[in-house]
Amino acid sequence: MALEIDGQSIELDEEGYLVDLSAWTPEIAKALAAGEDVELTDEHWDIINFLREYYEEYQIAPAVRVLTKAVGKRLGKDKGNSKYLYSLFPYGPGKQACKYAGLPKPTGCV
Amino acid sequence: MATKKFMFVNRKAPYGSVYALEALEVVLISAAFEQDVSLAFIDDGVYQITKGQNTDAIGQKNFSNTFKALGDYEINKLYVEKESLEERGLTQDDLMDLVWEDEDDDWAEKPSIIMVNRSEMADVMAEQEVTLSF
Repeated sequence: MALEIDGQSIELDEEGYLVDLSAWTPEIAKALAAGEDVELTDEHWDIINFLREYYEEYQIAPAVRVLTKAVGKRLGKDKGNSKYLYSLFPYGPGKQACKYAGLPKPTGCV
Repeated sequence: MATKKFMFVNRKAPYGSVYALEALEVVLISAAFEQDVSLAFIDDGVYQITKGQNTDAIGQKNFSNTFKALGDYEINKLYVEKESLEERGLTQDDLMDLVWEDEDDDWAEKPSIIMVNRSEMADVMAEQEVTLSF
């Protein structure tokens, strides 16, 4: 699979995740989201940026349970729950948000 | 699902073989099943959690910081065998400062590393229901 942006071809794996994590740009996130009929809002970006920082620090994409807890701690209890996260990322906050953030599929995501 | 006591025993150096990284992946996956998970670091396995790892020269991903995420996964019992450190000229000061945050205690940071001697390690292992060695 590949994503075409500004005449450039970005390689994706069979599930739509970036093959080269360092190739990520915000435009790629927008294009991946648009492909799933999602328009990224500030609330989406909060989660995407959080995931990118988490990966930078720990070298893994967090499991959804860990993500939920960490978001609650960082962005407030009203956001640290699966109802809120699923409202932003209906296909699963772990899988979908990690995809847009250019991270691998979360470890432990079955 | 009933909770079982799982222990993952790490005996190998972090790089040069795939054991350490694979073990860590399995540990993270096991956390999704909400089991009572602990880790043991024995022999060259103690090198996995040493400070200041740099993999630039071998072109491999430095995954040592992933151990710092274990607290988020509620994995906070990392048993390190004192004799294995001593035999390699290491002390606890050479290990990363691995902690977990206690949600019930206002997110206070608490140490995850538990130093044990060889016979204490044997006792901890004897308490386990499932032991996986890497």
